[in-house]
Amino acid sequence: MHRLLGVDAEVDRDQGLTKRTEPRTPTRRLQLSAALHGRPRLKLALLLVPPIVWIGVIYLGSLTLLFASAFWRVDELSGTIVHDWGLQNFRTIWENEIYHTVAFRTIKFAAAVTVIDIMLAFPLAYYVARIARPKSRPVILLLIVMPLWSSYLVRAFAWRTILSHNGVLDWATSKLGLGAIGIGYSDTAVLIVFCYLWLPFVILPIYTALERIPSSLLEASQDLGAKNATTFRRVVLPLAKPGIVAGSIFSFALTLGDYIAPSLVGKTQFIGNIVKDNVGAANNAPFAAAYALIPVAIMAVYLTVARRMGAFEEL
Amino acid sequence: MESKATRVLVRTAAMLVLAFLYIPLIIIVLYAFNGSISQSWPIQHWSLEWFSRAWHDQAVRDALLASLKAATGATVIALLLGSAAAFAVHRFKFFGRDAVSFALVLPIALPGIVTGIALASAINYGGDLFGMQFGLFTVILGHATFCIVLVYNNVVARLRRTSLSLVEASQDLGADGWQTFRFVVLPSIRTALVAGGLLAFALSWDEIVVTTFTAGNVQTLPLWIYGAIRNPQSGRGLVNVVAMAVMLASFIPVYFAQRLTRQTDAMGTTGL
Amino acid sequence: MKRPARIAAVIVASALLLAAGGVDSKPTHARASASPPTKIGKGEGQLDLIAWDGYVESGKNDPKADWVTPFEQQTGCKVTVKFEPTSDDMVAAMREGGGGAYDGVSASGDASNRLIAGGNVAVVNTKLIKGFSDINKKLQSPPHNTVNGKHYGVSFMWGANVLLYNTDVVKPAPTSWSVVFDPKSPYAGKLTAYDSPIYIADAAIYLKATKPSLKITDPYELTPKQLAAAVAVLKPMAKGIAKYWGLAGDEVDLFANGSVVAGQAWPYQGVALQRDGKPVRAIIPKEKVTGWADTWMMSSKAKHPNCMYKWMNWTLTPEVQAQVAAFVNYDPANPKACSILGQAVCDGLHVTDPKYFASISFWKTPLSNCGDKRGNACTDYSVWTQKWTEIKG
Repeated sequence: MHRLLGVDAEVDRDQGLTKRTEPRTPTRRLQLSAALHGRPRLKLALLLVPPIVWIGVIYLGSLTLLFASAFWRVDELSGTIVHDWGLQNFRTIWENEIYHTVAFRTIKFAAAVTVIDIMLAFPLAYYVARIARPKSRPVILLLIVMPLWSSYLVRAFAWRTILSHNGVLDWATSKLGLGAIGIGYSDTAVLIVFCYLWLPFVILPIYTALERIPSSLLEASQDLGAKNATTFRRVVLPLAKPGIVAGSIFSFALTLGDYIAPSLVGKTQFIGNIVKDNVGAANNAPFAAAYALIPVAIMAVYLTVARRMGAFEEL
Repeated sequence: MESKATRVLVRTAAMLVLAFLYIPLIIIVLYAFNGSISQSWPIQHWSLEWFSRAWHDQAVRDALLASLKAATGATVIALLLGSAAAFAVHRFKFFGRDAVSFALVLPIALPGIVTGIALASAINYGGDLFGMQFGLFTVILGHATFCIVLVYNNVVARLRRTSLSLVEASQDLGADGWQTFRFVVLPSIRTALVAGGLLAFALSWDEIVVTTFTAGNVQTLPLWIYGAIRNPQSGRGLVNVVAMAVMLASFIPVYFAQRLTRQTDAMGTTGL
Repeated sequence: MKRPARIAAVIVASALLLAAGGVDSKPTHARASASPPTKIGKGEGQLDLIAWDGYVESGKNDPKADWVTPFEQQTGCKVTVKFEPTSDDMVAAMREGGGGAYDGVSASGDASNRLIAGGNVAVVNTKLIKGFSDINKKLQSPPHNTVNGKHYGVSFMWGANVLLYNTDVVKPAPTSWSVVFDPKSPYAGKLTAYDSPIYIADAAIYLKATKPSLKITDPYELTPKQLAAAVAVLKPMAKGIAKYWGLAGDEVDLFANGSVVAGQAWPYQGVALQRDGKPVRAIIPKEKVTGWADTWMMSSKAKHPNCMYKWMNWTLTPEVQAQVAAFVNYDPANPKACSILGQAVCDGLHVTDPKYFASISFWKTPLSNCGDKRGNACTDYSVWTQKWTEIKG
């Protein structure tokens, strides 16, 4: 496995090692390694250039192009994009109330989904991380991850079957004597579906954070006289916070941009719907880009705050 | 540690949440056996018809193959580029180091539709410049872009727990760069690569939004599902069957991947 | 510092070379030439279409409805189809990636002129279409697919946007669009509407009959005042909508599970539900209807033009026209299909009735030029699109 270099003759006899009679010529690979060894910057460049070109040029470059196009407009007759720099798209957004309504609705939902998901995720994450027997942990983790392997679309559509008029939910509540709730196609349905879809993404980072807390810390807290509730509040929660914030990134960002769940189980429009409709059917890509700046700006702020809270370590 | 009452309470809540995760999955499985075309409840009559139709459907096969190719391609690229970036960030100090992790997480953190339309306009531009066409290649391009960060995060986290002295020792013993990488570094990050690769594969497999904008007229599985699910006469029954089949089929690789990461994690920590 | 800089320079240089070299070269797939072909060559083995629901059937939805498999067997052109819910989506798909992703589209009158103006569709040599002279005279050279004497496609089917309702729930049987547009409709909360800005025209024909003071002549040529009146009808209606529909399957679902009991539909949804035993009926209300006339158009960058010509020929034959008409319950553009459908069916569809044809306000793209003495006083489609977003909320 390792090719040994020449060894001192004294050591040979002492250790029972045999000395090579002629020096080896270094292999090509060894020459290359030697060449790279003293040049850390070259190694760095070789490692970094491919990902930088990919993300930097292709992704960031196209993002910049997209946001530049937010200042252009579409020629009404030919349908082509005119590089006519101006604020006309932003004026349209500012002047028409529907765009405010949709934006605030989406942000409200993103916040609500995040809060609800954290409340649902925490007990399960805590259970798996700290209460469950070590043998059952991988099983439960597997169970949490498995739903992600059946298409997101199919799961959202299954909720449609459950929540629709005379669907599973109405049938169940009727049997219980409560009568049909009739959620149907509505904002409530969209809320339920969003909370459901992003839940595993919120559970996992919280679990990771909770799992890393050494038991010794909790024991020390107890030894110092803290009650369980205090230990939880002052030791567990602060240590779990980066994980909670990391999980919230997913639920917030995914809700902010999604258009599929509202189109499957909802009736009203969300930011994603407006962007999609304008890019596709309405053939007004510059306006779509301008409107898309809203969730991008929100997420940029959210990510900066989350990074400071250490959430990036938990992703 | 916690009081008995708390443990019972938390356990109950946890089980309820877990059950909540599985409600739609049960519905999917039930409706895979639905004999009528309308998705009404309760199911009027049961049948295995959709299973035989799914088996013979060419569009399903094409879509499964396309998704497999796309996910594999995206995962391979993500593994290469993600670990390269992780090594660069871990080993060297350079200008813009903090920005790298921020830039890498953007494709996932920004709404999928933004990534989708940005990439679509880039591909259009590439089409004008050198004849790039929408197709499987552009799908892989799009998926790899947001999969890189998944591998990167896992490898960086793992590298932080590895000691540099092992690499130095290997070099002292005369190994060249490739040998050091293959026999010392790679085993220590293997779990991170498996975990990151699995996540990347899963994300690419189920991705629809970015794919809608980068696929042209190629149909990956999610794109096929989106069309078929809105067709009560011939699509929906197939979709339920396919979703159920994929879920069951993925159980095995995911289980083994988890076992693999658990085992070597236990080994890794003792070696340092 | 030299090595990395040198490497970076090499990379940048190669990228520039690539770009420079690429600017001159063009994608080398076969394209429909600028002037139409003089004969149909050998099939290319594939045909990628965009179509309305029900137009490209290969037996999956109904084993008896299959006119794709015989076509594939006879011509060797394997057909793939993408169903789009609205004309806007069809135009976008035809323009995707610079055009050329799809070979052909079944474009309605509100998509066809946009495609022609955008250079997205090719001129068709009608001498190569065998059944062309059989087409209903009104649809041989209509303004929506024939410009300056050049034909940009071949008419295929036409029909009306009917009022579909659940006969068990909606009693007495409705005769007016008011069941949808009246804010005090007893069925509010269980209504549906077509999810496209073009639906504003349906409110306009309702207003044409109920508010003659607005002087609406053509529901697609609306002055801002007339448009505002239509929006004022649609915004309260939106509150009573359970869910909008786009693909035919969406609406079939809504009626099948009882979420919706009345709303505008294509005749296809009506027969699909009836075949599944659901109690529905489709009528033409007294205020008359909007409708559509669909043309098979070929992309100007089609990769498989020969297969497309073969398809246009195939779908115009009386046999295929009859099959399609029977499946979706629309009117065939080739009246010779009546000999196969039977006179009773044809009379029921009003295939050759000029008064029925004249009563339908066929979809067309709203332009700012009213096309009459009002000049450029009308609202164009981008305004309609904006208003539709407001209406849906």
